[in-house]
Parts: sequence; structure tokens; C-alpha cells
Amino acid sequence: MSTTLNSKIPAGKVAEKWTKYKAEQNLVNPANKRKLDIIVVGTGLGGAAAAASLGELGFKVKNFCYSDSPRRAHSIAAQGGINAAKNYQNDGDSIYRLFYDTVKGGDYRAREANVYRLAEVSNDIIDQCVSQGVPFARDYGGYLDNRSFGGALVSRTFYARGQTGQQLLLGAYGSLNRQIAAGNVTMHVRTEMMDLVIVDGKARGIVTRDLVSGELNTHFGHAVVLATGGYGNVYFLSTNAMGSNGSAAVKAYKKGAVMANPAFVQIHPTCIPVHGESQSKLTLMSESLRNDGRIWVPSEKEDAEKIRKGQLKPTDLPEEKRDYYLERRYPAFGNLVPRDVASRAAKERCDAGFGVGTGQAVYLDFKHAIERLGQSTIKARYGNLFQMYEKIVDENPYETPMMIYPAIHYTMGGTWVDYELQTSIPGLFSIGEANFSDHGANRLGASALMQGLADGYFVLPFTIQNYLADQIGVARMNPDEVLEFKKVKEDTKALIDKLFAIKGKRSVDSFHKELGLIMWDHVGMGRTAEGLKEGIVKIKKLREEFWKDVRIPGRDDMINPELEKACRLADFLELGELMAQDALHRNESCGGHFREEYKTPEGEALRDDENFMYVAAWEYQGTEKPAKLNKESLNYEAIEVKTRNYK
Amino acid sequence: MDLTLKVWRQDNAKAKGRFENYQIKNISPDSSFLEMIDELNEQLIQEDKEPVAFDHDCREGICGMCSLFINGRAHGPDEEITTCQLHMRKFKDGDTIVIEPWRANGFPVIKDLMVDRQAFDKILQSGGFISANTGNAPDANAIPIGKDKAEESMDAAACIGCGACVATCKNSSAMLFVSSKVSQLALLPQGKHEAVRRAKAMVDKMDELGFGHCTNTGACEVECPKGISLDHISRLNREFLLANLKP
Repeated sequence: MSTTLNSKIPAGKVAEKWTKYKAEQNLVNPANKRKLDIIVVGTGLGGAAAAASLGELGFKVKNFCYSDSPRRAHSIAAQGGINAAKNYQNDGDSIYRLFYDTVKGGDYRAREANVYRLAEVSNDIIDQCVSQGVPFARDYGGYLDNRSFGGALVSRTFYARGQTGQQLLLGAYGSLNRQIAAGNVTMHVRTEMMDLVIVDGKARGIVTRDLVSGELNTHFGHAVVLATGGYGNVYFLSTNAMGSNGSAAVKAYKKGAVMANPAFVQIHPTCIPVHGESQSKLTLMSESLRNDGRIWVPSEKEDAEKIRKGQLKPTDLPEEKRDYYLERRYPAFGNLVPRDVASRAAKERCDAGFGVGTGQAVYLDFKHAIERLGQSTIKARYGNLFQMYEKIVDENPYETPMMIYPAIHYTMGGTWVDYELQTSIPGLFSIGEANFSDHGANRLGASALMQGLADGYFVLPFTIQNYLADQIGVARMNPDEVLEFKKVKEDTKALIDKLFAIKGKRSVDSFHKELGLIMWDHVGMGRTAEGLKEGIVKIKKLREEFWKDVRIPGRDDMINPELEKACRLADFLELGELMAQDALHRNESCGGHFREEYKTPEGEALRDDENFMYVAAWEYQGTEKPAKLNKESLNYEAIEVKTRNYK
Repeated sequence: MDLTLKVWRQDNAKAKGRFENYQIKNISPDSSFLEMIDELNEQLIQEDKEPVAFDHDCREGICGMCSLFINGRAHGPDEEITTCQLHMRKFKDGDTIVIEPWRANGFPVIKDLMVDRQAFDKILQSGGFISANTGNAPDANAIPIGKDKAEESMDAAACIGCGACVATCKNSSAMLFVSSKVSQLALLPQGKHEAVRRAKAMVDKMDELGFGHCTNTGACEVECPKGISLDHISRLNREFLLANLKP
């Protein structure tokens, strides 16, 4: 079987494509909408916005989340803000500039048409959120305030203190609640998608596990939307929530949805460093802190060593002995370079012996900002982040610089989708972080919230109708009577039984931590062909051990977190290998994908546009066989491709 | 540090629960409280026992999934944090720590330390939103909102829906939770149109679901991990009174 990738990009100029598409696509009439069922898996920004908007349009929506409430989805944890091209600051912003910054920030590995559309609808998002009662920050005149984020020379980021993701999600959750009350959305909480059901080549439903009773159920939909987030937890330690997982993406992949650029992972430069072996997750310190905080390490190794040994305090080190290495290397963007650049620069300094703390940390210092603006202003801007830092590290960041280090944060790669956000399986859609389309090889700060809400509110509700318009003649299926549903449900039961039957010695977490270390060491910030090959061998071996030696206590007909974790880890053990395979094939450095063999003499990423200006879309061939590579070439018509330069 | 843990175990919603004692050794003071429970669970799995079930997800104090009554206090012995942000340095070597689930009529225990908080979703579904369909909105700057109002609204909006207020209230009242949403939206011009109807619908739903009345003890405010103020309850009472004056 071969998959032909048709990205279905409308013809015409980039600025006119979306308008043209909306004018010409097929729509479903109101009477038919209520005859169509849509499954939405996930309730984060993408999922909640999509479920609510589809419900408002009159479709019958079935929405699923693994938590006890849709409001827990990990979008809630996004801190800094959301971008939009409003140009309220009169600082020269425009839709084109947001589009340009996003394509450039993604190191020219994103699809131009999708990114333009994203920039185009960004302004509608802000309007929508304000109308829902999202309490964005405002100035004294009552107008909306903005801050700056990395990779941009304008202030276009809207924010609600350090809790922007929370407020945007609660806005979408409010709209979702309204549709639940109206009967248009049926909500299934504490329910996990276990597999995808395909009937006659089209996605027609899912099998779920009720996480309280353990019951397996089948659900029919005329279309299925995956809004299941990213797979950063393949590294075990990440800024993702504990339950965030890649299982829906892997299940879709194994059923024929190609997986795009899985190696493109974002490592966020400003996270609280690891404290020890029992560490279960990493906490982000918002990128917005780089508006006022300055990043440095000691300029002399002896001082770094004294600090590590506790013989010297950072506050005792005079200015001339500090190396503000981002300002030194990138004078134009300084501390606001994109995340991939900032992360690599921190790793470079620490690897060279200038790290502080455990040696795997650098300083983020607010001394100058406090002198310039006063402590109360800094507190108003970042108070909750400072409080969070103090609770975790037990140091007061108003008095001593914060310690930070890069950590896995976001996955730009994901399920391949066309312009309509449809995957290579007809009827299966993927939105938000779960798809690959908008951020290329590196995502700019405050753009994840923008993409989740763009897809959920303004893109999917239109594009899905172009597919559903052909489905109005398909009657609702009773999954209990359809062979394909029964078969997938049996497969799921068999998988669970197989896991219980192993009765091994090791806990799921012990395997997950081991996988995380392999991924961090071999598929992390600096990758080499040799290291990746070694990583693949280690992952295969670990996967074998997992299926021989994992121990799952308890039973399947009860709340069983160990079983949930085991099912997710089984998928991570396959996904990790695919990520390594993708990273190994891409013989270039771009964005978050940095291959040590491909760099400029100054150590910057060296792209190979001639050979790698394409989306790598991997097709499943069987767990123990290498995936097959499909390519979608990237054509830049509106933007001239250049070497990224933040100097 | 070495600790004795007294943990509530309950097989499911119908089963009777009991406390069980566990010894745990070599816990780092830099570990979070939930990482300490992770270690306990690793130990239980090795002993072929069932691990302790507890709710958690983001582990950075914002999703509202984690709960726990620790030594008689919601989210444990620290101010303005959730359990996942509590660190073991707040305890001493040799301590005995009592760990219980939220206890309230509105939140039945479903296993060990996990409770069912769907009642909160139901309250919000009854009216905790602004009725604005996607695509209706005017320009975001069309209605200026004073900085003070926006900030006060944000103070209320910070609620994470964890349920500590209910769990800590002697009447199991959900007034702080309800008032935070009512207040957030009533303070904003776009939320005013439905303010009175919203307050009545949410309070009625709260009563229907078995939450108790507010007797102004202020315990909720003390334990709220986001520092949400009792003032919002006053605003809710005002809106609710208006609702009953205008039938």
C-alpha cells in the first residue's frame, strides 16, 4: 500500500487562499447537521473549541477526555500568552509579519498556506475570547495590553497574567459547557480512547475504556477528530502533564495515518532544573520572563565551579565576570531569540563547564529589571511565576537569580494533515499540537495557543463540512452490530489481557524513565547519526524487555492507573523509535532538530534546503519493520527562503 | 527523610474504606509530595501490593486535578499552593503524615484518594458562561474595560476548580467556587447581560447537587490555593438577591 499525499492547498495567492476556499467549499445544511455525529477526542484548546463550535453549528458531538473534567486538559498550563496580528501597539505588525515570523521561526519547514491562514484568523481568536469573558491584561485606558515573545520584533502577545492558557481554556470550556447543557455535545469524562475504528476505508469511530469501571465501549461518528495534544512525554521528563500521551496518534498511525516530522521536538530554554532521581516532571518558567530577565553564566570556569560548590553566590559576582551569552551572540534579538536557539546556547555553555547549580543550569536574572522598574512592577507582571519558582526551589528570585535549564516542552511533529486538517485516513482529522502543520521545525512562543484555538474555532468547523457534505446519506451505525467495531474492541481486550499476563518484575515507571533517558541522550538537543543508531537499538531492546517483564497490579475492571500508564508507554516505545528514525534520516540541522554533523563554523544550525525541504511523513509497516518515508515537498511562494539570522 | 504514612484506602465508591500504615525511607526534601507518593507506589508494586490511586496531572498547580487532605488540611501545610506544589521540606524526618481524600457530599470517593467532582462541571453547565457563539464577536478593543475591573475579574477567574473550598467547609458549601465564576463574568460588560440569570441558575444547581449553605466562616478563603477572596461571595449574594427580586 502506498499513500499519496495530497495537501489540497487551494490555488491562488497565499493571502487569498483561505477566502477562496471558504467561498467554494461544500457546506452541510442545518437540517442535515443534526443527523451527523462527530467524535472529538480531547478537550484542550483545540478539542474544546472544536466541540463547542461544532455543537453551536448543530452537529451532534461526542467529546472525550481522560481527566475528571474537560477543564484539566494541559492547555490549562500554558503561561505566557497568545499571539495575534492586531497591531494594537502600532509597532508595525500585520498578518503578513506574523506569517513571516512563524515560517522563519519554524526554520522554513512549515507549510506556507496553513501558516498564512493561522495568522489570518489570529485576530478573530482574540475577539472571540474577549466576548467569552477572558480577562486579558489591560492598560489604564481599558485597552488590551501586549508583551513580546521570542522570535519577534513587535509586541503581539496577549496575556492574562501568567495564566493565559488557563483563561483561554476556561473560555472554551464555558462555551463547551453551554453546548453540553443544550444537548449538542455529550461529554465523556475519565474515558480514554484505546483505538480507532475504520469501516470501508473511512474513520467511523473509536473504542474507549471507562477509566472508572474499566468497561470497553464503542462509539460511532461520521467523522473523528483527534485533539489529543503532543507526545513530549516519550522523554518521561517534560513540561507536559503526567497523563499527556501519544497513544491516539500512534493508534491512528498504525491504522494508516502517516506521521509527519516526528523528530521535531521543542526543547524549552527556561524550565526549572532537575532536582534528583524521584523527579516526575519539569516545570516551565514562561518565556515572557525573557522580556525582563537576562540570561547569564559566569565568564570564568573557576567562578562557575565555586558557585557549584557553594563557595560563591551569584549575587557576589561583579558585572564584568558575567557572560550574558545570548546578548553577546545575538545582539539583535538578545534574550528574545527563539527557543531552539536559546536552548542550544544554554547547553553549549553548560557542556563547556560554565553551568551553575548541578552544572546543568544557567541564571535568569531580574536584578536590572527590578532596579529599572521596581519590585512591584515585576511582581505585577510575573508574581505567580516567581511564587511557583520559590515553592519548588526554595529560593527567592527577587533576591537571587533563578536557575533554569532546557526541557522537553512541545512537539511540532504530529499526525500529517492536509489543508483541511484531514489526515491520510478519510474522515479522520487532527488539530492543535496533535497535527504537524504550522510550526515547522520550531514553534515560536505564544503560538501554540493561537494554533489550538485557530484550528478549533475557525478552521475545522468549516473544513470538516467539505468532507461531511458527502456523508449525509450515511445512516448512524449501531457499533454493536458492525463487525469492524467488534473486531477493534476484541483487539483492545486482547492487548489489555496480554499486559496483565506478563506478570513481570518491573513497574511501568521504571521502563518509562529508562526510555526517557535513552530519548534525552540520543534523540535530544544534540543528535548524531551514531548516537541515533545506538538509540534505536536501545529502544528496541527496552521494548522487548517491557513486553517480558512489566508488572501491572490489580485488575482491568477497576480504576487502574498502572494499566493506563502501561497502555500509553507501549505506544511511546514505538513512537520513540520512529522519532529516532526520522532524526537519523534528516541529514541537516533545522529548528529544534540539531544534528552535530551539520552546523556552521559558529555552531549555528545548518539547513540543507536542496535535499530536505520537505515534510517527512512516515507510513507504518509493522512494529518491527522500519517505517516507509513519504515526502510532501514544501514550496515557498510568498516568502523568500533565507538562513535564519537573529544576530 | 524516613516517614510513616497513614493513607485512606477504599476499593471503590461502594466499598468501606480504612486507613493503612506504610513506612517509607530516604525521601529527598526536594521531592514534591506527589513524587513521595510515586515512591510509595513503586515500593507497593515491588511488594506485589496495589498502589494508592490519587488524582494528579499537570503537577504545576494549575489543572486542579490533585486534591488530598494532608494532616487535616486541604493541599497540606503551606499557603496558596496545590498538593503537587507541596514539597517534602515542609515535613520533618520521622513524621507521621495522614493522607485522606476530599470529604464532602458533593464529592463521593471513587477509589482510595480519588473523588468524583463532576458536580462542579454540572454547576458551570447550568450557566457559568457568556452565551457567545463562535464568530459573533466585535473587535476586542471595541469595549474598553478599566484596568481595575479587569484585574478584579482575573482575581476571580484564577479558580482552578480543585474543590479545596468545599472539602474544607464544615457545611460542604460550594459558594466560593460558584462566586468566583459569577464574579468574574459579572464584573465584565460582556457578562452583565446574563449576570442575574447566571447567579440564580448556578446557586439553584449547587443546592440541588447537595452542597451546603455558606455561613461565612471564611475557611474556604484560607485554603484556596489561588487566594480567591470571600468578597466574591458578597458579590454573588448581591446578584442572587437581584435575581429573586426580579422573578
